[in-house]
Formats: sequence, structure tokens, C-alpha cells
Amino acid sequence: MTMIDTHKLRARLSTLRYILSENTLHQVAFGLFAALMLVTIFGPALAPHDPLATNPQDALQPPSATYWFGTDQLGRDVFSRVLVATRLDMFIAFGAVGLSCIVGSLIGAVLGYFGGMLDTVSSRFVDVLMAFPLFVLAMAMVAALGNTVMNVIYATAIINLPFYIRLARAEVNVRRNMGYVEAARVGGSGHGRILLVFLLPNILSPLVIQASVNLGWAVLNAAGLSFLGMGVRPPTAEWGILVAEGARFIASGQWWIFLFPGLALMIAVFTFNLLGDALRDILDPRART
Amino acid sequence: MSKIIWRVLSAIPTLLGVLVATFLITRVLPGDPAVFFASNPSMSQEDVERVRVALGLDKSLIEQFWLYLGSLWQGDLGKSISTGQPVAVEMMNRLPASAELTIFAFVVAIAVSIPLGVMAALRPGSWIDQTCRIVATLGVSMPTFVTGLLLIYLFYYLLGIAPEPTGRLDPFMFKPPVVTGMILIDGPLAGDFETTWAAFRQILLPGLTMAIFALAPLARMTRASMLNVLSSEFIRTARANGLSRRKIVMTYAFRNAMLPVVTSLGMTFSYMLGANVLVEKVFAWPGIGAFAMDSLISLDYAPLQAFMLIMAGIFLLVNLVTDLLAGLVDPRAGLN
Repeated sequence: MTMIDTHKLRARLSTLRYILSENTLHQVAFGLFAALMLVTIFGPALAPHDPLATNPQDALQPPSATYWFGTDQLGRDVFSRVLVATRLDMFIAFGAVGLSCIVGSLIGAVLGYFGGMLDTVSSRFVDVLMAFPLFVLAMAMVAALGNTVMNVIYATAIINLPFYIRLARAEVNVRRNMGYVEAARVGGSGHGRILLVFLLPNILSPLVIQASVNLGWAVLNAAGLSFLGMGVRPPTAEWGILVAEGARFIASGQWWIFLFPGLALMIAVFTFNLLGDALRDILDPRART
Repeated sequence: MSKIIWRVLSAIPTLLGVLVATFLITRVLPGDPAVFFASNPSMSQEDVERVRVALGLDKSLIEQFWLYLGSLWQGDLGKSISTGQPVAVEMMNRLPASAELTIFAFVVAIAVSIPLGVMAALRPGSWIDQTCRIVATLGVSMPTFVTGLLLIYLFYYLLGIAPEPTGRLDPFMFKPPVVTGMILIDGPLAGDFETTWAAFRQILLPGLTMAIFALAPLARMTRASMLNVLSSEFIRTARANGLSRRKIVMTYAFRNAMLPVVTSLGMTFSYMLGANVLVEKVFAWPGIGAFAMDSLISLDYAPLQAFMLIMAGIFLLVNLVTDLLAGLVDPRAGLN
């Protein structure tokens, strides 16, 4: 890294620190997000036990010094399983949101830019997609496509598409006749160049805000599907499955098996919601409420 | 008036799209329905072929779609393989359970979130505003199935004040005669308050689970909308004219603030319909979502198809009603 780069980086960091110092809630949001990412990356390395190793003589142990979150019916360490599951859940969430954000905003931008017949027809398609309760639609799609993790990602991406299509369409529609677009057109830029170089970067911040809120939904959606036994399969550790497995032991009082993965799930969704709010405040000060 | 008719008509293309989508999704689902119907091992290849012809599966997709529309028109939703009953009958038996749960939760959510949102907006930064914020953030972050399990653990296992989470009514109790199918309504109608009370105790936990989930967006929406209206000029004018605070808040601010909330009710209701499946699963609630899910696991697709159709139908209807309501609340909003 050259001198100038470090300078720039330092300037950026100090701006970020300045923005964050204003609001404690924003600090919490970014702190939680950083922690979540660390667990995603280093989770398997941090786990004190093998998440898949069964250990029958230690089955159904309550939380203790050895097993922080207790053990399940096969004696597997709940803490390690929750920790390791983070990576899979984040993979699904980021995969799905990334996919629908890229595809959806491209489609939406094109529709908003060109308008016309294509726009009218596509808007109808979006209406149809939105007419189904989205979770039910995801369920049906995973059933149709097959019970795999990749299909959970595709299904989650498809149900989130309408939000990006609508958002990008509306944002581009407002801007397509603005001065700078006109100038680019006069300057000889083609439609593709105008869309990719001039319009999309300008609508990036609403898209980023939408994406961070969507990450929370995607986690909930994926966990809900696997709670119902779709997508991820046991013995793979995933939060939704862990909760489903723990649900069977509530009536006999073993609360730790369902509670800890449930809490992990909650914290992750909470983090993304908080992050969405923080990003909205920072990137779009007009929308503050 | 013509606007209303136009709005009703504009739902038709979407309805048509929904029909095509539900039709297609069962065609894409894995497995040959004819083979499932003919799962008897003694059946020969010809028998399977005969079932396929009987089901119309040898025809082209377009023809099949027409057949599908035709049978829908006659109220035929196909036959469930797992129960052997017509799906329409199964759905009619289970729909009241789902409706009762969803409506109960919806009413609770509205009754809590709107006063909470209004009070939070009247005193920004106060403890009630903070409560509103915490409830809204927690509500969105809690997965319904975790909330449900947590409530079961707390109120059933630890405190022992909630009944066992197994469906709508104790199996040893008699259901009141069916009028609406919703026990909370049929019970009082039959004068059977003991059963009504038992049913109320059963619905309390799943209803709360769903209400907590629906509460959050509504409270947030109400607060934001109310704040927005309270800072507008006509409120300032009303204040300057010396109107009482009560009149300003209730008559002027509240009515105007409700418009975006009413429009968002439709969306919230749709989310609740989706969450229904999970809540019904957790509480062994005998509703249509749980039924569709169980059928799906045993590769029985007709119930899923019917379920999606019913859900989308309800959603379109709710959206239509909220649009019409929004027009009533604020004639300027129009019906475009």
C-alpha cells in the first residue's frame, strides 16, 4: 500500500469514527455486525468441541463450564453447533440478498429507464409474485426445485426480487430525465453506459439500505424453512434446525437446546435491522424519523 | 363509484397470474402424480396410464390449464392423497382454525400497536417512546417459531398457567355446534361459555406469538405517520385557533395519520398469513398451513396448490378492501 492509499484510508476511517461517535445505537449496530462477521469467519476455529461428535454419556447436560450452552440428546455441544452454524446462515443470507439485489436492481433500473410496454407487463409479474405470502412462495419453490441449500438461496432471492425491482425502478424513473443524464446522452453515452455508470451508482444508497434490512429477513426466511425441515438437513448445524431439534425437549424442561440457537438467530436479525437503521441515518439523512 | 369498479376490475389480471402460477408450480414439483395415485404395487403400466388419462395428464399444458380452471369453477381443488378426501372439504374444515388464529392475532396487534404508536408520537423521547422502539425492534427480530417456543416454555412448562400447546381445544371437550367454525364465536352463540374459555386459553399463546410479530411494523408505522402529521401546518393552525388538544389529536391528527397505516395493514396481513404456517406447526394448530405443510412432506401437492390459491385470494381481497378503506379515510388518496 502506498503512502497516499494509507492517507485516504485513514481519512475514511476517521470520517466513519466521526459519524459513529454521534450515535450510540449506530456504534452498537456496527459492533454487533463486526462480531457476527468474526464468528462467521472464525466460528469453526473457535468452537471448543466438534459440532458433529456425539457423546452419549454426556447427553442432555445443562449449561456448565465444559459445555457453555449444554448438550443435546446425542451429547453434542450446543455452543459449538451454534457457533459453527453462523457461517452457513450467513452464507445463505448474503448469497440470497446479493443475488436478488444485483438481479433485481438491474431489472428495475432497465424497466424504470425504458418504461413502456415492457414496464407495464413486468409490473404485473411483480404484482403476481407479491400476491403470495412470500414465505409460502419460498416453501413451494424449495419443494419444487429440490431440498438443497442452494435452492433455499434461490427461493429466498426470488421472493426478495420485487423489493429491489420496485425500488430501482422508482429511483431510476425519477432520475432518467435529470440534467446529468441528459448531459451524458448529449455527450454520446449509450443506454447501457448511462444506466451502469451514471444511474446505478446514484441509486446505490437506497439499495444498500434495503439490502441490509433484507439480510435480516433472509436469515429469518432460511431458518423458518429449515425449521419446517426444508433446505438444510440434519446433522448439519443450522440455527433453524437446531431450534426445531430443541423444540422436542421443551416439554421435558431442557430449554437450552432450543433457546441458544434461537437467541443467535434473534441477535443476527436484530443486528441487520439495527444496521439498516444506522445506514439509513448515515446515507440518507432526509429519511430520519 | 366508477373508480371503485375500476379498482375491482384491476385485480383481475393479478388473479389470472396467480391462477397460472399455482397451476405451474404443481407441474414443476418433482414426481409423477399418476404414479402416486397408482401407488398400488399390483397395478400394471396400463393402470398407471389409465390414471394419467383420468387425471388429464396426457393432454397439453394449455388444455390441462383449462381443465384446472374448469374444476376450480366447480369448487373442485383436487383430492388429497394422504387423507383420501377432496381438498376443498379438508380446506373448509381447517380454514376456520387458521382464520380464527389470524384474526385474533390481528385484532390484538392493532389494539396494542396503534395506541402505542400514537402515544409514542405524542411524547417523543419519553419512556413510552422508548418502549415503542424496543417493542418494534424486538418484534421484527424475533423469529415467530422462537417466540412461540419461548412462550410455551415460560407459560406452559415453567409457570404452568397455559394449557398444553396441542391444538384448538382439549380433546375431551365437545366443540360447540358449527356456525362459523370459529370456536370463540360459536361458543358464545351456543351459550357454552366453558368451552369458549377453554378455547380462549388455547388460542392465547399462538395468538400472542403472531401478534408480537405483526405489532412491530404497525407500531413503527403509526408512530412515524403520527409524528409526520403532528408537525404539519394544519395542526399548527388548529393549535393557533385554540382547539383543544384532545380535538386536535383525535379528530385532526389521528384520522390523517391513519391513512398510511391502513394501507400497510394489507401488507402486514400478508406477512401474517405466511407466518401462520410456522405458528400452526409450533402449536399443533389444525389450520390450513399446517395441513399444506404436512401434505408437502408426504409429496401430496394438491393441498399445497389449494393453500397457495387461498392465501393469494385472501391477499388480493384484503388489498382490495384496504385500498377501498384508504379511499374512505382520505378521499384525496383516490383509487389509482
